[in-house]
Amino acid sequence: MKKIISRIGLLLTLLLTVVTLSACSSSASQKNVLRDDKQTKTITWGVKADTKLFGLMDVRDNQIKGFEIDLAKAMTKQILGKDGKARFIQVTSQTRMPLLRNGNIDAIMATMTITPQRAEQVDFSRSYFDAGQAILVKNGSPIKNVRGLNHKGAVVLGVVGSNSVQNIKKFAPKAKVLQLSDYSQALTALKSGQGDALTTDNGILYGMSIENPGYSVVGGTFTKEPYGIAVDKGQGKMRDAMNEALTKVENSGQYNKLLYKWFHKVKGFDFKGAER
Amino acid sequence: MISIFQNYGSTLLYGLGQTLLCSIIALVFALVIGSGFAILEVVPNKFLRVIARVYIEVFRNIPLLVITMFFYVVIPMYIVEISGFASGTIGLILYSSAFIAETVRSGIQSVDPGQMEGARANGLTFWQAMRYIVLPQAFRYVIPPLGNQFINLVKNSSVLAFVAGFDLMYQGNVIASDSLQSMSTYLCVGVLYLILTLPLSYYMRYLEKKLA
Repeated sequence: MKKIISRIGLLLTLLLTVVTLSACSSSASQKNVLRDDKQTKTITWGVKADTKLFGLMDVRDNQIKGFEIDLAKAMTKQILGKDGKARFIQVTSQTRMPLLRNGNIDAIMATMTITPQRAEQVDFSRSYFDAGQAILVKNGSPIKNVRGLNHKGAVVLGVVGSNSVQNIKKFAPKAKVLQLSDYSQALTALKSGQGDALTTDNGILYGMSIENPGYSVVGGTFTKEPYGIAVDKGQGKMRDAMNEALTKVENSGQYNKLLYKWFHKVKGFDFKGAER
Repeated sequence: MISIFQNYGSTLLYGLGQTLLCSIIALVFALVIGSGFAILEVVPNKFLRVIARVYIEVFRNIPLLVITMFFYVVIPMYIVEISGFASGTIGLILYSSAFIAETVRSGIQSVDPGQMEGARANGLTFWQAMRYIVLPQAFRYVIPPLGNQFINLVKNSSVLAFVAGFDLMYQGNVIASDSLQSMSTYLCVGVLYLILTLPLSYYMRYLEKKLA
């Protein structure tokens, strides 16, 4: 009898822990992020650090560098004034949502596509970059476009949590999709022959093909992936400030300069279409 | 949490199956290989002892993830194509067998040396004495620490997630990013791991009581 009671006690404790833990998720949404940031003169951005051209950790000086970083800095200056500081925290596709919701970061600018499903969880600004999904293959590969992957035995590599792995299931339903933890992992897997093609947004793939001349982007884009800045639900003021700052950066010509700075080396990059 | 089970139940169960499969394969091979190297560590032949020592120290002191990535990335480049599941399982076998070898060796050495001497004096060969006198006693001593190793092995199988091995952790990552409910997804995953490890730990307890 004693044994049974102690077992039930153990179960109850476990259950209580689970319930308490799941209650943790709904916090940090009451505060006003914009007001707090204006006081501290700092905006904390969640950015990618493994994505060439957008946000990549430079191991020589430990700074994250890329188009998104420069754009975030320019927008921070627009929102907070000349002495505003932008702080960058490295996120991945998996960690960015939880980090935003528990208040560790104020906004996400991490190659995040605006989707209706995500818009239920966060508030998006308008798009700051119009990407599209494409595939990267080894030079001389028989695969010329996404339709070439739609047969049994084809293996497509992607990154966990990215929109592109959902899309590829629509465009090449017969292919097997392997989801790796980040882009460098996925590229390593492609190089060691674990898959036939790597799929994600063209901007990211261009960055990979610059670094790895043996691989190229083929077949053009087959989806539209507008990147948006995400803020937590209930931070409408922050989102409005973001949109306003983005407009100012675009109108001043700063946006186009940044675009040229980061993408001028990319062969076949459509500047006319991307300029604002 | 319930909605996760409702929407992604089959995915989670598939992941649970893969984790279970990987764990069982790894457990059997790691136990056999580990016990083998444990015996090699105590044989009179010095050369064999050195081989066992090198094997154990190498695989015990390299992170599991590094061993696994080696099989996932390097081996397919130069030798033979190998899937994520296989490379993860091989990595897990090598890694766990080193720990199991150390555990079993400690068991063998805790058997009174007089047992071996007595057996040899009665005309048994070294291998016969090992097989019939020393090992049965040694395994009885090491059941509790072996149980630890087995539980660690099941949990370490989450290394498959890094090489797209479709295990429970991998499915957890996929579901968390799809449903955007990280908290409840990982809670579900944690509960499913408990379902695997709790019976194992109870069974080891039972064995311990029965044999001790």
